[in-house]
Amino acid sequence: MTGFASFVKKESLHILRDKWTLLIILIFPIVELLLFGFAISIEIKNINFAVSVPHRTEAIRKQVEQISSNPYFTFRGYISGNEVDKELRSGKSDAVVEFSKDNSVLIALDASNPNKAMEGAGYLQSILMSGNSNASETTSNLSSIIPETHMLYNPQMNSAYNFVPGIMGLIFILICAMMTSVSIVREKETGTMDVLLVSPVKPIRIIFAKMVPYFTLSCINLACILFLARYVLKVPMSGNLGGVIGISLLYLSLALALGLLISTVTSKQITALIISGMLLLLPIIMLSGMVFPIENMPAALKPLTYIVPARWYISAIRKLMIEGLPFKYVLKEFSVLLTMTLFLVALALKNFKDKME
Amino acid sequence: MRQDAIEINGISKNYGALKALDGITFNVGRGEVFGLIGPDGAGKSTLFRILVTLIDSDGGSAKVDGMDILNDYHSIRNKIGYMPGKFSLYPDLTVEENINFFAALFHVTLEQNYDLIAPIYKQIEPFKTRRAGKLSGGMKQKLALCCSLIHKPDVLFLDEPTTGVDAVSRSEFWDMLLELQKKGLSILVSTPYMDEASKCNRIALINGGKILDINTPDGIVNNFKEPLYAVSGTNMYGILTATRQEKEVVDCYPFGAAHHIVASENFNPEFLKQTLEERGFKNIELNKTKAGIEDVFIKLMHTQ
Amino acid sequence: MKENIISVKELCKNFGKFKAVDRITFDVKRGEIFGFLGANGAGKTTAIRMLCGLSYPTSGSGTVAGFDVMRNGEKIKHHIGYMSQRFSLYDDLTVYENMKLFGGIYGLSKMQVERRSVEILNQLQFKSEINTLVGSLPLGWKQKLAFCVASLHRPEIVFLDEPTGGVDPVTRRQFWEMIYKASSEGTTIFVTTHYMDEAEYCNRVSIMVDGQIKALDSPAELKKQFNASAIDEVFRSLARGAKRGE
Repeated sequence: MTGFASFVKKESLHILRDKWTLLIILIFPIVELLLFGFAISIEIKNINFAVSVPHRTEAIRKQVEQISSNPYFTFRGYISGNEVDKELRSGKSDAVVEFSKDNSVLIALDASNPNKAMEGAGYLQSILMSGNSNASETTSNLSSIIPETHMLYNPQMNSAYNFVPGIMGLIFILICAMMTSVSIVREKETGTMDVLLVSPVKPIRIIFAKMVPYFTLSCINLACILFLARYVLKVPMSGNLGGVIGISLLYLSLALALGLLISTVTSKQITALIISGMLLLLPIIMLSGMVFPIENMPAALKPLTYIVPARWYISAIRKLMIEGLPFKYVLKEFSVLLTMTLFLVALALKNFKDKME
Repeated sequence: MRQDAIEINGISKNYGALKALDGITFNVGRGEVFGLIGPDGAGKSTLFRILVTLIDSDGGSAKVDGMDILNDYHSIRNKIGYMPGKFSLYPDLTVEENINFFAALFHVTLEQNYDLIAPIYKQIEPFKTRRAGKLSGGMKQKLALCCSLIHKPDVLFLDEPTTGVDAVSRSEFWDMLLELQKKGLSILVSTPYMDEASKCNRIALINGGKILDINTPDGIVNNFKEPLYAVSGTNMYGILTATRQEKEVVDCYPFGAAHHIVASENFNPEFLKQTLEERGFKNIELNKTKAGIEDVFIKLMHTQ
Repeated sequence: MKENIISVKELCKNFGKFKAVDRITFDVKRGEIFGFLGANGAGKTTAIRMLCGLSYPTSGSGTVAGFDVMRNGEKIKHHIGYMSQRFSLYDDLTVYENMKLFGGIYGLSKMQVERRSVEILNQLQFKSEINTLVGSLPLGWKQKLAFCVASLHRPEIVFLDEPTGGVDPVTRRQFWEMIYKASSEGTTIFVTTHYMDEAEYCNRVSIMVDGQIKALDSPAELKKQFNASAIDEVFRSLARGAKRGE
């Protein structure tokens, strides 16, 4: 067996022998994806609502029917104006639509779950608005009080769609950067790195051999995620699959380079874990647009998002996977990621010494 | 005449204000087993790490196998075997997988240099499918030695190979080293156990980053000129404190079954024995004795 | 005749089918220095863990400091001190902080900790280092200090697991003088070591092979029995018969 292949074998054995870690690496992305995607979308699918009206008119009946026909809403019945508070507090309904005599509409929501309330409000507004266009002549005032909302690309606001790219951005960094940096630093801690350095083999080759199995694992994860996204979460995947895979592979390389860089500056496994946890995970969750939309961030934070690789990756995957845009629309993201990768590889190699300090 | 296996010339290394190594100079000849004897923190490991090109020194120069440690470090790495203090093995890999990995690291196979390591490898071969982490201390030590010999190095560096290993495994290990020496290897070995010094051709005593003495084990011991006595009896602690109060006693310290007494020229053993017996100590035996490496080390530490 | 402070009968510890400790029986007298020798993997560590109340025996009976090893592990812990080569003191705390910490763990009052710490530091001529980080002390000093800290709560028995590994010959002897002194004041010392000359310093020595105690007597008697000039030889002749690794 040639040198490189036997190094890869040794590294794979390390991973295969550590059953729990292997299991976590393989199961974690699936659980995460189902948790974020499925559980959250089920919740929003079921909003109970009641209607309070002074007089039941034909126009109102039509609107109620329209809301009820939406799979996300269940109509609980008509209530009188003074029952609104009771209805919401008792938990019978999550939302009450109040039509008043002057034709204005008030939507009252139980905001104890702000996400559900926000989404519910969004849905109701859009349904009522579309109902207005039909009945614009009789209830012309209605449209003026309802803000215009456009729900593009994700008309049902399916949260799974938004989370899939976010989770991909998170998981690949976690596995590639965290796991490689920890496994390199482990060799420093146990002293085996000394022997590796003193051997005639260029240590950097051993390091590259170390990355191969983690890269392979991440590819398996990528396949799992894409499969689940398409067939379980029903993400449309309307765009170009080759583009998604290509940009993911680039992102994997970037994560590996980051892992190597972290391993060059630390000598303890626990430090490597903390660095990858604090410096990589938090920014991904906070600043990548995975959870909080970048447009809504304070101006001071926005520039920070530009240096978070996951921001570019998530944005590219959203465009390719959900909006279904062709690859040329993510050229900007692609080139930013490519530049970052090259920079990190160069920095890591420059930092990596074949002697100790 | 080939060059010496190792030539060390005034090597120094500082960690902040601490002088880990302070002008170390000595040579290790071809085919020699050279022992570096000293306690933890004496600078043994630092010197090893400099010689195997793992870290750079702050001053001085050294050659290993005729090559400069600064300029030729890549070539040196082909010619040396290094066994660091903690056995650097992969605990989750089997004995066989460890050996194969280290063989690949040096571009060789187990078969190629089988002759050299066979006597050692045969002892661990029955356990070749066992994980290295599950081996006993002695077995780990043998496996680590195999791994450092796999590429048939010219010079072998063994940093405290016997620390934490029981007395039986330790003496077996030294037997193996002497076998390797017969095959022409030059060996630099460090140990905190003074009793192992006698197995070496030459030894250097090191403490606090400085060499205290370099000689053959016999030469070191013969330099101990002061009269040395061994005293024993019942209540050893009492004897120790009582003996120390005597005028002509320079030093008295526990030494295995007896206490060693370093005496001045005017020391009268009969007088001491009498004194001790008068003070109520029983079964007193007091005889002249021959100094060991440890006696020398203790003396040199006091004068340092 | 002095009383027994440790007394165990037929003590066993099995891990599955593996008999780590196989029916050991012995007594240790108050104030004795008892050397507990054995090759790597002979079962020493497992035995010590049982005696310290850290793990319960599979079978057998015995008492340590008057408490039952089968039932009163927690109580045993309060009456013993423990120090090992691998862990003794926290490197990132100062000498005094370590003393306060371990004093507190064993329920000493602030006053007691202060008084005993000063006493110990004076005795070691170490008072100037009271605020030094333990990590920056030489190993030998650290071990001597660790021994004092393990004895801070005046335990009846101190367990020392390879306390002098790697320590220089001068400090190693100072360490043993501290052991002698503690023993002469009535503290029982239970010690393991790889230095065979240190075995000679013990009042009695036991040698463990494959989970069983194969020899137990004073060093002089053992040498006589085995017709050997040093304990080293006795140890080797017994340990060579060992069948198992670790």
